[in-house]
Amino acid sequence: MLEVPVIRWGQQYESLEKQDVVHFETGETLAKVHQANGGLIKMDMRKAKRARDVLRQFSIAELLEMCKKAGELYVSADLPLGNSTQSPDDFCRIQSATTGLPENMCRFNMTKNAFVMGHMGEILDALTRGLPYDVFTNGYAMEDRGVWVSYQASSPVCGWVLPSNSPGVHTLWLPVIPLQIGLVLKPGGQEPWTPYRMYEAFAQAGIPREAFSIYPGGHDCGPAVLEGCGRSVIFGAAATVERYKGDPKVQAHGPGFSKIVLGDDAADNWEKHLDLLVDSVYVNSGRSCISASGIWTPRHGAEIADAMARRLGPIGPKPMNDPTSGLAAFTMPGAAEAMNAQINDGCESPAVTEVTAKYRDGGRLVQHERCDFLRPTILHVSDPDDPMANTEFMFPFASVVDCPQDQFIKKAGYTLVCTAITQDEKFKRNLIDAVTIDRLNLGEVRTYQLNWLQPHEGNIIDFLFRSRAFQTSPPPAH
Amino acid sequence: MTKTVDVASLAAKQREKLDAQTREIVQWHFSPETGSPFWLEKAKELDFDPLQDVNCFDDLKKFPLFEDEWLRGGPVRRWLPKGLEGKPLYVFETGGTTGIPKSRLVVEDHWIDYEMFSHTLPDESFPKGSNWLMLGPSGPRRLRLAVEHLAQYRGGICFCVDLDPRWVVKLLKKGKTQEAKEYADHVIDQAMTVLSAGHEIKCMFTTPKLLEALAVRLMDNDSSIAESGIKGIFCGGTEFTQQWYRFAREELLGPDVYITPTYGNTLMGLACGKPFDPADNYKITYYAPQPRASIEVVDFDDHTKVVGYGETGRVKLYTLTKELFVPGFLERDEGERELPHEKYPWDGISGVRPYHVFAKTTTVGVY
Repeated sequence: MLEVPVIRWGQQYESLEKQDVVHFETGETLAKVHQANGGLIKMDMRKAKRARDVLRQFSIAELLEMCKKAGELYVSADLPLGNSTQSPDDFCRIQSATTGLPENMCRFNMTKNAFVMGHMGEILDALTRGLPYDVFTNGYAMEDRGVWVSYQASSPVCGWVLPSNSPGVHTLWLPVIPLQIGLVLKPGGQEPWTPYRMYEAFAQAGIPREAFSIYPGGHDCGPAVLEGCGRSVIFGAAATVERYKGDPKVQAHGPGFSKIVLGDDAADNWEKHLDLLVDSVYVNSGRSCISASGIWTPRHGAEIADAMARRLGPIGPKPMNDPTSGLAAFTMPGAAEAMNAQINDGCESPAVTEVTAKYRDGGRLVQHERCDFLRPTILHVSDPDDPMANTEFMFPFASVVDCPQDQFIKKAGYTLVCTAITQDEKFKRNLIDAVTIDRLNLGEVRTYQLNWLQPHEGNIIDFLFRSRAFQTSPPPAH
Repeated sequence: MTKTVDVASLAAKQREKLDAQTREIVQWHFSPETGSPFWLEKAKELDFDPLQDVNCFDDLKKFPLFEDEWLRGGPVRRWLPKGLEGKPLYVFETGGTTGIPKSRLVVEDHWIDYEMFSHTLPDESFPKGSNWLMLGPSGPRRLRLAVEHLAQYRGGICFCVDLDPRWVVKLLKKGKTQEAKEYADHVIDQAMTVLSAGHEIKCMFTTPKLLEALAVRLMDNDSSIAESGIKGIFCGGTEFTQQWYRFAREELLGPDVYITPTYGNTLMGLACGKPFDPADNYKITYYAPQPRASIEVVDFDDHTKVVGYGETGRVKLYTLTKELFVPGFLERDEGERELPHEKYPWDGISGVRPYHVFAKTTTVGVY
């Protein structure tokens, strides 16, 4: 039996409590993951400073080279995992088997992580706006233009309370190590695989193990990570985001409510953009915060919804190892059923029409013995104030919303990714100025097509470092 | 082999004691001269006569399950047996974060329970005459008075630091984690002050969470629980898991501080942990304070069926004192049934944890 230990600053720790990680379809136990406890994490965090110290034994440039090598190892090598060894294929199989994500998507996420690792230098260069790396290592440096700049690390380590059901998020924590900040990971119960494999790849590439802690565990471990780390990131529902709003130590990532908006000038040509609309909803089984959950248009809403439904409606669950499998399973009992009921309730509104049903053989909810699926669902919503106009679910789901262009920003609310199809300069200006929009794509960019040289949900440099004044001599007389 | 026979023989004797206790307590609670209004009234609903038909522990299964909802609200004197009228009374509450708490009337059960517990404590780690720190919830709970009595019973004085868990739960439900942290810091500040004040405190009751916080604070001040003078700690709750036990001994406390797990509540009293044995690998086994209270590990679907040794089931509690009669109550916990031990020759339970059906909605270990 595969046993995966707790990692405490690079040391393996065998807990007396182990959690079975099971195959979501068969119930077979695939691994026993050792469980940390909150107090143990708090004890370890007393030594957090050492994680940054060991990383600063290397220059950022050296760490970037190691990241490149780690990315290659991550995607192609057989790597140790607990009491066993894991090949890349093993990784995809087990990640799929415990999260319900089809294997082809697991492989895609793996490639994505490796890509980020391979291009970490460019990413850091972009995120730091070309600052000399010494600024981050030493806390200060002289810029080429002769100005002192100082960036002080806000914490020697960064904690990450990771989700179980979305292996796509791991790219976000990868830049932490080359920034010489230690990593404290609390993996989701069903997805310990990426943190452990990436940790091993980093270590095999020469990065000191003492810079890493991985704490699988129960309900007290997440709060212990948040309490013990000077900076942490947590993933959760809207309630989690609300809970940590205003806490400078914690960055909470929740639903994205990502949208595509067609301008007045583009709405009549909607058919030209159909592939973009469908892909943005469907890719990665709609499970990401960057998957589109809303298509907002001033005209032709019903026609757009029907065309999308015609494409997506027939799609159903397939075996996880089928390369064309596009739907992820819901492995938590009752979750899919609850979402299905919520959608059915929403469809009672006179403003809402479920368009996919007529293209689907059978119901939206497909129940298996140990898991459920929700088949793609497109709604046409004629009133932008209807609650279903701005709803997100973790499967290919979107509302096509009738909304005048001049009302979009006001009605659409928070939007993580907004792709705007328009040439209207005034509308583009309003979108650029809208503070409710995080990532803005002006043009034909699918919502999931992230350029890694751009910050995501805030620049991680700003989160981990504090820009401050630094002088070595009095200023010129004035 | 001899040892097994001895334990079996001891267990048989204890069973006789339990049967005798059952007879005595049922007679007490259902006799018009000594019984409580609650049980005398309840007897009218029963299809048997407790005074005639309950002659051994197993006969308690004739009663319907005890419902803790009966303990909510007043008049609380309906629980007072006539035979105890005129004595000074305490009322202790359990739960109560929202709504009316469950309350239990007590005369001196809490003293007796903790005196019995006192006899299980090793004197070298809990020296007689030494002072205690009670670091945990007091307020309407019995814990403060019980621990204070324990200290007094052992010849010491109890210093107390209060914590209001209902306030902590409220803060956490509102997402005010920072305020909850500040409140925890405030509690630990007070404990640090008491420990630094030269009171020669050597023994302590606290909860796992507070012990962690206190130990870490002391370490941050280049000290430790051992250096603060504490020799013995008793600590309880479902948070006291096998892994936590090991963590506490290996990392929080070190070899010079003894810690013993306990499991209890307002209805039962205090179940003791089997003495530490390295061979157990920190497995925690509890034994109820029999014959005053007894626990069974019962089938999840049939509470009348006790599971086999080593098998998992839900905790069913029986309380058999003159102050309280509980003829079978399904606790919110589950665990594995354990064999009798020579020190406690009756069934025990290990791996106590929140009942899996409730676990997802229960807030545990907030303090």
